[in-house]
Amino acid sequence: MIDTTALTIQETCSLIASKQIKTVELTHSFLDRAKKLNSKLNAFITICEEIALKQAEKIDDLISDNQSLGPLAGIPVGIKDLYLTKGIKTTAGSKVLENYIPVYDSTSIARLKEANVVIIGKTNLDAWGHGSSGENSDFGPTKNPYDLTRVPGGSSSGSAAAVVSDMCLAAFGTDTGSSVRLPAAFCNLVGLKPTYGRVSRYGVIAMASSLDSIGHFTKTVYDNALVLNVTAGYDPRDSTTSQDKVSDYTKDIQKGVNGLKIGLPREYFKDLDKDIKKITMDAVKKLENAGASIQEVSLPHTQYAVATYYIIQPSEVSSNLARYDGIRFGFARDKFGQEAKRRIILGTFTLSSGYYDAYYLKAMKVRRLIKEDFNNVFKKVDILICPTSPSLPFKLGEKVNNPLQMYLSDIFVVSQNLAGVPSLSVPCGFIRNLPVGMQIVGPHFSEKLLYQAGYTYEQETKWYERKPKMGN
Amino acid sequence: MSNSKYQPVIGLEVHIELSTQSKMFCTCSADYFTKEPNTHTCPVCLGLPGALPVPNKKAIEWCVMIGLVLNCQIPLFSKFDRKNYFYPDLAKGYQISQYDKPFCVNGSITLSNGKKIGINRAHMEEDTGKLTHATIDGKRVSLIDFNRSGVPLVEIVTEPDFESAQEATEYLKYLQRIVRYLGVSNADMEKGDMRLEPNISLRKVRDIREVKKVQKVTQVAQELPPYKVEVKNINSFKFVEKAINYELERQSELLDKGQTPVQETRGWNEQKQVTLSQRSKEEAHDYRYFPEPDLPPLSFDHAYIQGLKEKLPELPDAKLKRFAKQYRLSLYDAQILTRDRNLADYFEEAAKAAKVHDIDAKQIANNIINKKPDIEKILPATFVEQIYETSQVATIPSEKLDKIVQDVLAKNIQAVEDYKKGKENVIMFLVGQVMNNIPEKVDANLIKKNIEDLLK
Repeated sequence: MIDTTALTIQETCSLIASKQIKTVELTHSFLDRAKKLNSKLNAFITICEEIALKQAEKIDDLISDNQSLGPLAGIPVGIKDLYLTKGIKTTAGSKVLENYIPVYDSTSIARLKEANVVIIGKTNLDAWGHGSSGENSDFGPTKNPYDLTRVPGGSSSGSAAAVVSDMCLAAFGTDTGSSVRLPAAFCNLVGLKPTYGRVSRYGVIAMASSLDSIGHFTKTVYDNALVLNVTAGYDPRDSTTSQDKVSDYTKDIQKGVNGLKIGLPREYFKDLDKDIKKITMDAVKKLENAGASIQEVSLPHTQYAVATYYIIQPSEVSSNLARYDGIRFGFARDKFGQEAKRRIILGTFTLSSGYYDAYYLKAMKVRRLIKEDFNNVFKKVDILICPTSPSLPFKLGEKVNNPLQMYLSDIFVVSQNLAGVPSLSVPCGFIRNLPVGMQIVGPHFSEKLLYQAGYTYEQETKWYERKPKMGN
Repeated sequence: MSNSKYQPVIGLEVHIELSTQSKMFCTCSADYFTKEPNTHTCPVCLGLPGALPVPNKKAIEWCVMIGLVLNCQIPLFSKFDRKNYFYPDLAKGYQISQYDKPFCVNGSITLSNGKKIGINRAHMEEDTGKLTHATIDGKRVSLIDFNRSGVPLVEIVTEPDFESAQEATEYLKYLQRIVRYLGVSNADMEKGDMRLEPNISLRKVRDIREVKKVQKVTQVAQELPPYKVEVKNINSFKFVEKAINYELERQSELLDKGQTPVQETRGWNEQKQVTLSQRSKEEAHDYRYFPEPDLPPLSFDHAYIQGLKEKLPELPDAKLKRFAKQYRLSLYDAQILTRDRNLADYFEEAAKAAKVHDIDAKQIANNIINKKPDIEKILPATFVEQIYETSQVATIPSEKLDKIVQDVLAKNIQAVEDYKKGKENVIMFLVGQVMNNIPEKVDANLIKKNIEDLLK
């Protein structure tokens, strides 16, 4: 019998379409695994067994009736508990929304349902998306499947842990300033932060609206492109989505990198950990061997990115969390955790009259410079390669008492959110048995190019084959 | 104002609710008045998690049109901002409004006394829900109705250029008339379509005179008093007038005593005929405005604005002048007819239809003003027909009429005798007899006069 949990989306789709496996069976096997592993990993806040099986039956009916199928028919997915799912509890990882059942589906969920996915459950996260480790969840931290004493990265902690431990084949996250890419790097996954405006934010609980990007995790680059085909595109309900046509991201994914100009931003490599630097440069070398040309480039305002991010982001957070006053839904404000309170206070301060100019307005000006850095560098090169995290997955509890240290985990990943450019984090090896990721960053709406580069590298290395030893 | 030691400094903030079909940022119906509570709602106007606003193009267009009528400049770049504050009727915990880049700036209008009133800005925002406090099953509760939440509002802010309550009300009536002319709001005060907030302060006239000696008149005359009192949410022109006059009196008394009135927000209390303090400066909100990240900034081009200019209907003042000239109406008649755009249109339609019967526009005007036809029910052409029919009688050839009258008198000798004996009522019987002999509708008075003449 085929071990269905170890398949990719690409493989599973063909098995379902050719009727070699039934969706209900597939769903059962993933549900079983999810239920079994969740006590160890705490990846899911809610496992929706009944709903999942009902969805699976419906898909099997479609198949037996020879009806047309959505592109992700039968694929079991995990959804970060920040996406509104009609009729399924959506907590944002916070006790404030512990009992909140949405009345509508987010646009992404609606598109995924149309694509006939099976939703296995809602995944754990740092409450409201505030965090880089998953430890800020009001429902307990998620563990890293490669080392249960370490964090899986955050804030989309549960989504990453769920995919890499084969509890589902893809999972959805949000990336406001690391939250898909950092967990992808810490969990040996492919994680996309799409261009701001490429995927609708409608119905995803807002963290910082000008930065929030709706991304996802998969094991392989091809799978990742397959999923973006479903979620990408203009949404009349989100005024910030682009009306630009969506390409088929899987088409020409094997094109290769011959002639591609790759830039290495020196600011990202300057004081980089030796081992991470080496592993990243090895990856660059592989792309060079595949025909890409490499040059050093500069993003001169990189050093201001974290400071800028930690003014703009809490400012927007303080406004976005105002509606959670417990008057009509959810619980009262005293249920907010430490980190949310910290950001509300920070953001309220930086927007206050008398401080606005010095903080928020200044930060917005620096943001513009950071954006220009990227615009300028993409006149010289096609894509950038840089590390995703300055460190390996750290120990649970290691940084919880030092928020500043925690914020610095995002040092390589916030600039892309400030600039709105897309970034794909792909696995680039292991150090001391812990996964390492690297980012492929491109100009706005260059996701296709990022996938081509990522795919080329993945063919050389296939790091996704190295699974965590979770036992079955 | 009785006291001439002080010069009133009055500005006005007016909120006008637009009568668009849908709300400002969602597709819910904006027609909320007297509707079952919370039936015109969706995730967006309820401020549910994850919901995002999508701007209503029509509302923006109408806001710009109001600005154009108020002679405002329309900057090509504009944006929405969040105004953050807590109140249970504010679904998102912030109101989407415009802060430093409103759609319309630097306008002006001229009052009938020739004074120019500056329009500081006109911007777009969304309305809030509505709180009701009630007792249900013996429990005191607060109820929120979100039907009004997200209904488009235009806020128009003047410079503090008014110097009396009369000037302020003239402006307000003008504003009401133009938004009705534009067809962008019913501006019905009782329904809350138009909410008025005067800010009032006084500056010492003495100061100006003193400074005249040092020849800095203009500068000091424009210097604003060190305080201002805002009276919130008034829903009648009468109340605005009363509130302004009350404030001018109250403030001048304080100034007489050597005190500076407190900078604060007050409310008009109609029962007590006074303004009462609501909020002092210390309690004023810090709204923490910042650009609304959910809505990209807007940029207009000249062609768009030009297009809107061309769309503007003829406005009351221009229409009044044209009516007086084109139809040779008295200024008074023209004023009555142009007060309401529908009535003005009705008159013009009728005047056009009247040409068929060679009826003068002036006569149509008189008929409309005196007979006040129900313009909703009677078509202009029908109204003209009615006028025509009643005027027809006068055109019966007098020889023909004389002959019929003579015949009737000859056949009713007894009646004629009675009349001559002083029974004057009999004449109406004779009139009736004459009318029976004429197929068309005839003016009874004309016949009566004819008979009287013959029997003299």
